[in-house]
This record gives sequence, structure tokens and C-alpha cells, in this order.
Amino acid sequence: MEADIEKLKNIARQIRIDILTMLVESNSGHTGGSLSATDILTVLYFYKMRYDPKNPKWEDRDKFVLSKGHGAPALYAVLGRAGYFGLEHFHTLRKLGSILRGHPNSAVTPGVEVCTGSLGQGLSQANGLALSARLDNKPARVYVVLGDGETDEGQVWEAAMTSAHYKIDNLCAILDNNGLQIDGTNKEVMNIEPVVEKWKSFGWHVIEINGHDIKAIVDALNEAEKIKGKPTMIIAHTIKGKGVSFMENKVEYHGVAPTRDEYERAMKELGVS
Amino acid sequence: MTKMLGTRDVYGDVLIELGTGNRDIVVLDADLASSTRTAKFKKKFPDRFFNMGVSEQDMMGTAAGFASAGKIPFASTFAIFATGRAWEQVRQSICLPKMNVKIVATHGGITVGEDGASHHSTEDIALMRVLPNMTVIIPADGYEAGAAIKVAAKYRGPVFIRLSREKFPVIYPENCEFEIGKAKVHSIGEDATIISCGLMVHMSLEAAEELKRDGLSVGVINMSTIKPLDIDAVLDAARNSGAIVTAEEHSIIGGLGSAVAEVISENEPVPLKRVGINDKFGMSGSTADLLKHYGLTKETVKEAVHHVVKMKGIRVRD
Ligand SMILES: Cc1ncc(C[n+]2csc(CCOP(=O)(O)OP(=O)(O)O)c2C)c(N)n1
Ligand SMILES: [Mg+2]
Repeated sequence: MEADIEKLKNIARQIRIDILTMLVESNSGHTGGSLSATDILTVLYFYKMRYDPKNPKWEDRDKFVLSKGHGAPALYAVLGRAGYFGLEHFHTLRKLGSILRGHPNSAVTPGVEVCTGSLGQGLSQANGLALSARLDNKPARVYVVLGDGETDEGQVWEAAMTSAHYKIDNLCAILDNNGLQIDGTNKEVMNIEPVVEKWKSFGWHVIEINGHDIKAIVDALNEAEKIKGKPTMIIAHTIKGKGVSFMENKVEYHGVAPTRDEYERAMKELGVS
Repeated sequence: MTKMLGTRDVYGDVLIELGTGNRDIVVLDADLASSTRTAKFKKKFPDRFFNMGVSEQDMMGTAAGFASAGKIPFASTFAIFATGRAWEQVRQSICLPKMNVKIVATHGGITVGEDGASHHSTEDIALMRVLPNMTVIIPADGYEAGAAIKVAAKYRGPVFIRLSREKFPVIYPENCEFEIGKAKVHSIGEDATIISCGLMVHMSLEAAEELKRDGLSVGVINMSTIKPLDIDAVLDAARNSGAIVTAEEHSIIGGLGSAVAEVISENEPVPLKRVGINDKFGMSGSTADLLKHYGLTKETVKEAVHHVVKMKGIRVRD
């Protein structure tokens, strides 16, 4: 299928607006990591994945796992825009009784496949989903987005071995490689390099891209689908806070919502008048 | 106005004080140093601070190694990750060999707030209390937290101290005492005794005050050490008042309420009501909304007292 790059770019812009609007209203949540994953989630949900928002449990659907669960606002924005629930829910993020919890919860949010938020657990769950699809002869593919800091967790590497060992080729992982975690850069806190070599040596097919280049994301996801006999890892070089100049590459914007003033400035940058 | 102070907010300064006096103090964190306040220690003693990245299991194992080599490691992260993610490392590498590791975890309970169930810690007391050799402490205010951390540093053996994200009303003076395993008996009641810990202590004190107006004499005990439990204090309360309410920011299964129930049912059976989270996961929400939703309020504590007092009456009629 031909990708309409301009259309995807526009959707990504809308998703960023939605994320910031949700966050300024909840006055809590993770801004930087939601914005760094936005282009990846946009291409997944509005180009690559097959799903039916009116039938969230459709058996042949592709499945998505946001292993870095704190990026929930980005996931909720694409799910809402895809039609899984009404956009009015955006205004309830993180409030008591909302279906939009601080971290993804499959028990309460349509379109969310598993519970994440405790880092390091998503790839294992994705392996289970993908192996299950294979057992049932389903065409479904499974996508999982990991944080770079998240890969400090040992479970990620246990799961990485499982994916390769069982040749889980209906699985595609994407690393949101924004270089930052909470206490500083990955380099300062816990060096994860050499990241490409690591995943290769764990038996994965590795593709390196600019994680904000829509065309590159499209191409990488299409390439991944053709790889047989091994799982694919797309190392997406991203910028934390991407899209709002004063948030870009700033560790301070990890776990805080924008203030009203920051929000207004961000909206201007995103072309909202 | 009551003074408010975060139990975690004292932690960084106390660590610096401990680290200044003792070169053996080392601090480990799992990419949450600014939230847990260990970043203060890092700034002062960068050589003795180790950020382990997001790897709580590795952190606990490394802390055990430090302890084995004679250091006094303080390992910090959020309570659910310290006790849940790394539970078996804490069991095997720390508790089994009785390693001198201090696990000081912040963000206990549901007052973590908006992050929701994945980050709430409503089972941590149960998880730590069940481990042989473990000492479990939940301070009731910032100053008691400071005192407890200093005492834990001197004590030899594994200690778990649960701190909170929220600020607490201050109950004790700045230089208050702390003794492991010794309850703080605030008052002795004839009708019932509330045994509580952490954030619930100040609510219990207020509840007891208000119950006076209903003509009830209600004692209050701050059970800041959950393990080893001050059994004498529990049994005295059961004998003096003949009815007990426990209150904690934790599941009613396995925490302070269970610990008290175990002791009184074997030794001094009296009516008991546990106030806590009723076997549910948390939701996202503001701290105030969550405390109300899950019934962690002085009103719930008062209702529980009325309930056990009524149960006493029924027993008497029998
Ligand atoms: C098991 C676990 N430990 C700690 C945390 C707290 N935490 C939330 S986000 C984060 C840093 C994650 O960094 P990264 O994966 O790079 O995320 P991103 O930069 O994409 O936001 C940490 C330590 C957590 N959610 N889960
Ligand atoms: Mg990162």
C-alpha cells in the first residue's frame, strides 16, 4: 500500500496537539516520551496496522504493546483518533474513574492490549501475543515500542532471547531511542550502547532510522514484514519532546505536564491559532 | 495550620548526614534519584552513589554484594518496584544471608496518585513482612522518618522503610526518638484502640479526638514498626479496650491489619476491624480523590470504631 506521507504528517501534528491538550488538562503525566513516540505510533495506527475500532477484539487484528507505558498519552491520542473511544475522554486523562489511566490498562481502555507502566514487561507480553497468533495460523502482526532507558531492565533481554529463539517473525519491536531517561542521559545513567550490535548479536534483524521521518518509518515497517525467521528491531533515533522546541531533548520534560503558558506557546509552534 | 513535611523529603539530608560520618555508607538508585531524593547524596558524594538505571533486580543484588563486603548500602526506588519487581532478589540475596542492606523506598501506597495502579504500592508491606530477617518500618511523619533512617543505619541487618510521595502533617518534634519494634502509644482507650501506621496515624488521632465527642474513649497507637511487631502493645490495647481497629494505606490483606489480627486471634481475641484497601487495584486520580474513594479517611476510621464497639456489645449479650 502506498503511504500518503503528507496526510500522516498532518495526523502526527494533530496527535501532538491532543497529547499536550490532555496533559495540560490533567496537569500531570509524561510529556517528553509521548512526543518522541508520536511519529512511530502515527504510522503504526494510520498506515500499517490492521484493526477495527468498532470491533476492538477482532480476531485477526494486528496488536500493539506500548512497553514504555508512561507514553500513554500518545497511545490514547492515536486510539481516540482511530475511533476506539470518543474524543471527550481526552479531557478525563488521569482523573478518578477515567478510562484513560496514568499507564495503559487493558481492563479499562478499548484498544489497549496489555497492562504496562512497570518498565521492561512489554516485550515478553508481545512474544506471547505473537506466538499465539502463529499457533492459531492468524495473519496478525505484533508491534511493540520500547524506551531506551527501559532496556536497562533485564527482562527485556530475556524476552529478546525468546523472540529470537522462537524465530518470532510476526513481531516487530521499535526502540524509541531518544537518549534520555529520568536521571539524565542514557550515557550518564546507564550506557546501553552499542545498541545496534547488541540487538544483532541477540539474533534480531536490525534497521536503523530517524524516528521522526515518516517515510523512513513506513519503509522500515514494510521491510520488517518481509523478514522471515527472526524478529525485527527498528532502532528509531528520536528526540524527546519532539515538536515543541523548548521541550526538545530536555530531561526536565520527562514526567511533567506543560504549564498553561507552555501549552499556549506549544500550540503556536504546532500552528494552532 | 499543621506543618506539612514529606517523609521522602527528609531522606536526602539524612543520607548526607550519615554519609558524612561514615565512609561505608553507599547509595544506589534505579533512575529515580530525583524522586527518591537520593540525588542529594549523589551531589555531595558522587563516588559513593551508583545509579543502576532502570534495573531494580540488579540494584538489590549489587546492594547485597556491597553489604557482603562490609559496606552499608541504601537502595532506593519506588516501593512497588523495590518490593515487587525485585522481591526474589531481596529474599535470596539480602534476607537469606541477613545482609546489611537498607531498602528505603518512596511512593508507598496509593498517594502516588495519578500514575495509577502500576505505580501504586498496596502490597509492599505484605511482601516484606513475610520475609524472615526483614525489618519493616513505615514512619508516620517526616521527623519520625528521619529518626528511623538513622536508627536503621546503625542496626545490622536488612531493613525496609516505606516513605511517601505526599507531604504528611507533622506529628512529632524534630528530634523525636525511634526504636525498632517499639510502638508509640499516643493514648489508652477504654472503648477501642486504633492501631495505625504511616499517613493513617494523623487521621486516627483526629478520629479519636472526634469520637470523644460521641462519648467514646479511644486509644491510638502508631505502629511504625510492622515487623518485628510490638506484640505487648497490641495485647495491652486488646486488654485495655477490648476492641481494635487497624488503619493503613495498604491492602487489608497481609499488612498491619493482618499482623495485628494474627496476634490477637492467637492470644487475646477481641473484635477487630481493618481499615485499608479492600483487595482492589488503585485507579488514577488525585491523592485526595483516591483516599476518599478507597476509604482511607478519618470518617472510615470512625465508622470502624463504632462498628467494633457495637460488636463488643453483641459479645457481652451472648
Ligand atoms: C520497573 C520500573 N521502574 C521504574 C519506573 C519509573 N520510570 C518511569 S519512566 C522511566 C525512565 C524511562 O526512560 P525511557 O525508557 O528512556 O523512556 P522515555 O525516554 O522514552 O520517556 C522510569 C525509570 C517504571 N515505570 N518502571
Ligand atoms: Mg528515553
